Amino acid sequence: MKYVDEFRSPELISRAGEEIRRLADPKRHYRIMEVCGGHTHAIYRFGLKDLLPENVELIHGPGCPVCVLPMGRIDDGLALAAEPNFIFAAFGDMMRVPGTHGSPLEYKARGMDVRIVYSPADALKLARNNPEKHVMFFAIGFETTAPSTALTLVRAKAEGLRNFSVFCNHVTIIPAIRAILDSPDMRLDGFVGPGHVSTVIGCRPYDWIAKDEGKPVVVSGFEPLDILQSIVMLLRQLRNGEAKVENQYKRVVPWEGNSAALRAMAEVFELRPYFEWRGLGFISQSALKVRASYAEWDSEQRFTVPGVRVTDPKAAQCGEVLKGVLKPAQCKLFGRECTPEQPVGALMVSSEGSCAAYFNYEHRKPVTIASSMAL
Amino acid sequence: MCLAIPGKIVELDAENANLALVDVVGVRRKVDLGLLQDNPPVPGDWVLIHVGFAMSKISEADAADQMRTLTMLGETAAAMEEVRGYGLGEDPPEDYGKGWKQ
Amino acid sequence: MATPAAKIRFREPQIEMAHGAGGKASRRLVEGLFAPLLFGASPGPLGDAAHIQINGTRIAMTTDSFVVKPLRFPGGSIGELAINGTVNDLAVSGARAEAIVVTFVLEAGLPTEILEAEVRAMGEAAEKAGVRIAGGDTKVVEHGAADKMYISTTGIGRLLTGVEISPQSVQRGDKVLLSGPIGDHGITILLARGDLDLEAELRSDTRSVFPLVDKLVQGVGAGVRWMRDPTRGGVATSLNELARDCGHGIVLFEEKIPMRDSVRGACELLGLDPLHIANEGQFLAIVSAEHAERALAALRATPGGEEAAMIGEVREQPASCVLVTTLYGGSRIVDMLVGDPLPRIC
Repeated sequence: MKYVDEFRSPELISRAGEEIRRLADPKRHYRIMEVCGGHTHAIYRFGLKDLLPENVELIHGPGCPVCVLPMGRIDDGLALAAEPNFIFAAFGDMMRVPGTHGSPLEYKARGMDVRIVYSPADALKLARNNPEKHVMFFAIGFETTAPSTALTLVRAKAEGLRNFSVFCNHVTIIPAIRAILDSPDMRLDGFVGPGHVSTVIGCRPYDWIAKDEGKPVVVSGFEPLDILQSIVMLLRQLRNGEAKVENQYKRVVPWEGNSAALRAMAEVFELRPYFEWRGLGFISQSALKVRASYAEWDSEQRFTVPGVRVTDPKAAQCGEVLKGVLKPAQCKLFGRECTPEQPVGALMVSSEGSCAAYFNYEHRKPVTIASSMAL
Repeated sequence: MCLAIPGKIVELDAENANLALVDVVGVRRKVDLGLLQDNPPVPGDWVLIHVGFAMSKISEADAADQMRTLTMLGETAAAMEEVRGYGLGEDPPEDYGKGWKQ
Repeated sequence: MATPAAKIRFREPQIEMAHGAGGKASRRLVEGLFAPLLFGASPGPLGDAAHIQINGTRIAMTTDSFVVKPLRFPGGSIGELAINGTVNDLAVSGARAEAIVVTFVLEAGLPTEILEAEVRAMGEAAEKAGVRIAGGDTKVVEHGAADKMYISTTGIGRLLTGVEISPQSVQRGDKVLLSGPIGDHGITILLARGDLDLEAELRSDTRSVFPLVDKLVQGVGAGVRWMRDPTRGGVATSLNELARDCGHGIVLFEEKIPMRDSVRGACELLGLDPLHIANEGQFLAIVSAEHAERALAALRATPGGEEAAMIGEVREQPASCVLVTTLYGGSRIVDMLVGDPLPRIC
């Protein structure tokens, strides 16, 4: 696969690993946060931690849109779609996320018309093909995904397709990073920046992290070589006492972002005054809602949302794990009451949630693995 | 939010200028080009696909550049080892890496 | 003997879809409810087929049911899956399928031509596999209840000589062999459902693996410790079951696992792990180290086995787990599937 395989070259990965070991000052302990859940997943999937020296620690950030979704919003979405002529459409990621009375897949087993879609465009197509039903698309994602939802709404409006609406749970990344940096328990040396979010918002939104907080940010791709090279770039900055924003993912991320995508978002969405993030509490100006000009296609403006607030069980330490204060295995429920099969918190359900990733890929690994670097 | 895959534009849709058929090692899907309308891709271009929408064009030049940098990583380190072996210096010079296109 | 008065360990209040998906939930149901009530006090590990002794003769027996949407897909249909699936379950238990009986559960309103097509397909598959369809049963249920058609098969077979399949015989140092590329069937079905709007030149790999098993056993005999056909839940689920049953660790070398480009592309696009995808025409074999090269050569020399590969080995650690390693020294645990593989966008 072009633009994939070359960035998984075993030889180059080994070299990058060696460079990291060479650059890492043995007198320092580096704490680097990868913001994006996709990076968390990639790190575990490719076993990249095996290549890092002991003193380079990766902390998992809150960039997992399923993980930060409060259970009440899932309940709301399922309640809205409970009408007999509704189709509940969502990405596969949402299907096993538990609401108070079950997950979308469980609702499907009980008779609700629940469909997995790969694209919001497919949800729109469902609406076209099922004129007698109303298709409600449960939208999630950061700025990577929001433009696609926005453009789909633009198309729905242009077509005058009335049997389609979006239940919007899009959130934005910068407030989440701010919440991390504001957290008193947090000590971080730098950030691996979210590569795909940056294809939309560009690299400028991270300037304040370098300028005001003095932490380097390297916007990173998702292949093993991308992530390792980003760590190399961060270590170099840290060694040189620098703090700036760099773009490792140049082949795909434009420094200024994608203006057409930003325009689509601005046309359709506006910021909510505040939004509740699971584990992080209420954050102002951190989530998107559909504008009044698209009210017809906004599930919340068109239908009555129950507005359920569900507090997580006190024992669940999702918030601390989300902020990187705790490692998944340090949560009291990890691996006991909370497993991928019976998840208590969303970090265990989402494929990029740090608890699920750690549970599935890592925690039963033998402590020492003889990794052969000789090729 | 992050699963995005490179694919090659095979052909533009005859009926809808916003759609194109994209190929990912033999798997094909119609992808919406609306987010690239300021600089629309043409057949043969590579794009990054996320939830059925093209997010960005992939720059062959930047990719090649990156591969060069990554390849040099090991080679420079090997050269440095050799130099160190001559006892000509303990640490890499202060400006090591500066000015490299990263 | 089985004691219906025995207590069950299955605690869940109702049956969910996950209990039929072949992964952890299915195992809980079988081990926690069926086994205590039906299989006696210590049933031992549950294999693909049962070996039963009748008056000194040992026969193998297996049963399976087939529920697939859509009924027809590139490379096959539910009818072929039913025959090949049962032949394969017998094959990987070390037996040659001799006869199959079939039950059809048909939905009222099913067009006759659809039924005819499936029955023809079954006849052809049975002839190709060299197995006799000895009888059957039919039930018709109300419209809405059977996804058009469910097929259930029960097969009996004659044990091959010289081979004794058992997870307990698996030892450290044994090698893991795979008959061919993974993921063809599961991805074909996923694409054939049409919800994802993806197209690819892919076909189900449904076929009888008996000829390959036969050659393997002829060539290597007692060197074959264990076999399984990795259907629902994929290679990961089958090997995890083995790891739990034998207590050893199974280490797979990612670069050695054969896979077609388009399966890989679909998995990357949809965020699926190919090790979790169903296969209907492949099998895994654990072979002792000294026989492994010869076993692999035997498979590769047999028509249909050209892409067979040695994909891993049995080690002490990580105990009862499956670990996938990469050439650059990275590794990850791969677990049994929970439910069906779901595409993801994150």
